[in-house]
Amino acid sequence: MARTPQTRTTRSRKTPAKSAAKSTASKQPDVSKEDLLELYREMLLIRRFEEKAGQMYGMGLIGGFCHLYIGQEAVVVGIQAALTGNDKVITSYRDHGHMLACGMESNGVMAELTGRAGGYSKGKGGSMHMFSRQKNFYGGHGIVGAQVPLGTGLAFAEKYKGSDALSVAYFGDGSANQGQVYEAFNMAALWKLPVIYVIENNQYAMGTSVARSSAQPELAKRGESFGIPGVQVDGMDVLAVKAAAAEAVAYVRSGKGPMILEMKTYRYRGHSMSDPAKYRSKEEVNKMRAERDPIERVRQMLLEKLEATEDELKAIDKDVKAIVSDAAEFAQNSPEPEASELYTDVLVEV
Amino acid sequence: MPVPILMPALSPTMEEGTLAKWMVKPGDQVGPGDVLCEIETDKATMEVEAVDEGTIGKLIVDEGAEGVKVNAPIAVLLEEGEDESALDGFDAGSGGPAPKDDAPEADEEPEKEAKPKAQPQAKDDEPAAETDDSDAEPDLPEGAETANVTLREALRDAMLEEMERDEVVFLMGEEVAEYQGAYKVSQGLLEKFGPRRVIDTPITEHGFAGIGVGAAFGGLKPIVEFMTFNFAMQAIDHIINSAAKTLYMSGGQMGCPIVFRGPNGAAARVGAQHSQDYAPWYASVPGLKVVAPYDAMSAKALLKAAIRDPNPVIFLENEVLYGRTWDVATDPEFVLPIGKAKVVRPGKDVTLVGYSITVGKALEAAEKLAEEGIDAEVIDLRSLRPLDSATIVRSVQKTNRCVTVEEAWPTCGIGAELSARIMEEAFDWLDAPVKRVSGVDVPMPYAANLEKLALPQSDHIVAAAKAVCYSE
Repeated sequence: MARTPQTRTTRSRKTPAKSAAKSTASKQPDVSKEDLLELYREMLLIRRFEEKAGQMYGMGLIGGFCHLYIGQEAVVVGIQAALTGNDKVITSYRDHGHMLACGMESNGVMAELTGRAGGYSKGKGGSMHMFSRQKNFYGGHGIVGAQVPLGTGLAFAEKYKGSDALSVAYFGDGSANQGQVYEAFNMAALWKLPVIYVIENNQYAMGTSVARSSAQPELAKRGESFGIPGVQVDGMDVLAVKAAAAEAVAYVRSGKGPMILEMKTYRYRGHSMSDPAKYRSKEEVNKMRAERDPIERVRQMLLEKLEATEDELKAIDKDVKAIVSDAAEFAQNSPEPEASELYTDVLVEV
Repeated sequence: MPVPILMPALSPTMEEGTLAKWMVKPGDQVGPGDVLCEIETDKATMEVEAVDEGTIGKLIVDEGAEGVKVNAPIAVLLEEGEDESALDGFDAGSGGPAPKDDAPEADEEPEKEAKPKAQPQAKDDEPAAETDDSDAEPDLPEGAETANVTLREALRDAMLEEMERDEVVFLMGEEVAEYQGAYKVSQGLLEKFGPRRVIDTPITEHGFAGIGVGAAFGGLKPIVEFMTFNFAMQAIDHIINSAAKTLYMSGGQMGCPIVFRGPNGAAARVGAQHSQDYAPWYASVPGLKVVAPYDAMSAKALLKAAIRDPNPVIFLENEVLYGRTWDVATDPEFVLPIGKAKVVRPGKDVTLVGYSITVGKALEAAEKLAEEGIDAEVIDLRSLRPLDSATIVRSVQKTNRCVTVEEAWPTCGIGAELSARIMEEAFDWLDAPVKRVSGVDVPMPYAANLEKLALPQSDHIVAAAKAVCYSE
């Protein structure tokens, strides 16, 4: 999103939103140790990948805009856990986590961030524009809200073809105020398209809080006038996300039309790397990290309720770390695209 | 005084119609709102209502008469206190009745348009033409079967044939299905293919353009109709940012086989927001192909090419031309290449280059120039992206003079691009600077006289051609 970061003098004291879904922290989790370890691993991979990307951005190895997903990992990991291989996924420019959760290689994602030939778009897309048809990941879109009609179109195609696949269109609380979102809602409901709209409400559209931008801040209600059911979910709780996603998948796949999942989540880092973060307090961020962190929550659950050992978790940490450093190395060693690539891929040659 | 009832215009571009049925007869009393008759055009059937009170004195045009000109008297109304005797010696008006046996007259214009196409290709004294003159060859092989159809029908047939050929081709847009197309271009398609493949959308261009692009990413081949390209500005983000750029941004993974089509350019008397030629806008965008055909033959063959193309294609039609007829190939495999211009009238003194409706204006101008001894070559660009520089350059190498013609505004227009290319690629062959004839650099006015002044007319082209020929 090519917008100049704004500096704001007002500080939001807004407390993090309360979870609307049942918390899974206190009771015995309804999940196997094995499954939860896998969710932990996936979230951790995104976290470590993004931390590395942030570091490489600081070193000047990654250019332009770089929007990190740190803090929001439970959303995409929980949703993807409820999908099947043929389901289509599309999102905004804050897309690294989605790609990893779709099973795309961290090497290819990181090499795209460094603008190298080994990147998913041969270095021509960058952080905001990556795709993998093979993994059913349709981008990576830099225009706020554009992925919502596009994702609705993916759902249209599945319905037209008579497949039972659905489409998941992820977008943020910022996109939720775009007109085209409601144009898409209308047609998706009218034509009963198999699409799940996942609103990742991280509470700030760049620097503008939901309270300051939205007349109806409960974004799950945004589909009401189209008859699209919406559910608010604790987006910091991967099991709550997965459970809500499974219900939405069942609803949408049964042919009833679209559904909205509003994920109450939080990004720890700035909107992009150039965010001065004047619009919220350090205390707010620290409190969220300390009390609601989605990875720490799962870690505790694994140790306390599912008899995982520190060694098991350490092994995962080590494994993830190795994947990420490999990716960083690959991304720095992969050559820049050939100059002749400038002119390729403009049109499909006939 | 008896009052003549005139043939009404049912749309901004209607010139004539059929008087399908009289609902009244002489002697009937009528008042405002009473239905007098039914009128049919190739687009629609409408009831004509009485405006004044009175008695029907006489029906001038018979039921079933075709080609009745707009504003021709069709009946006479007697006012209160008048009887039939008032009709004696009454002249219904300068428009005059359109006698039913004179219908062919209405076809005069299309016939005239088509004439230059049929001219033999005289190449004897063309020095530069020996390299590649495929642009001057006839489109159709000798003896190929043709049918005389309107541009509207040709476009419909292109879609119909391609939808029959490929199951993933579908049509979506405002009023394309049940209404049969706002301009009746999609007539009969709903009936043939059903609502799964011919889809009425709400009035929501940004949304359905995005859905169309998403469907193309998802493996379908959408034809997205804009009621006019004026409304496509609501959707231009998806056309450019989503459809045109994604292939490149994805390193070649994400093709977007989609056609955005609809009428473009000035219609008639609809004011500034409904009369703009967007050709230069789209023609400037890498990742798009842009087609703007003139005649029905090339329109059908190029629309088929556009639907088969794996890239996003902007297909610019012209409302004023929808009702005109041309001979069109009936072979469903007759497809023309996108990116190739056509010499539609060979000549040696000056090159006139146009696209869409301005090709007709250029042909008109060429006829006028011929009367003054100037032999103009007319080129129909057909495609604006890719732009066929080679054909233009070849022509300029022969004529050494060029006039570009477009409805769009002059600044950064197609003419500006052509001038630059001719300067870059054929500078040494030019005997005069290239001249641009374009729409005037103002928003389109509504007033009939001002609108005419704002659009390129054949006389402007004649004047420009004479100027570059340093004639008079």
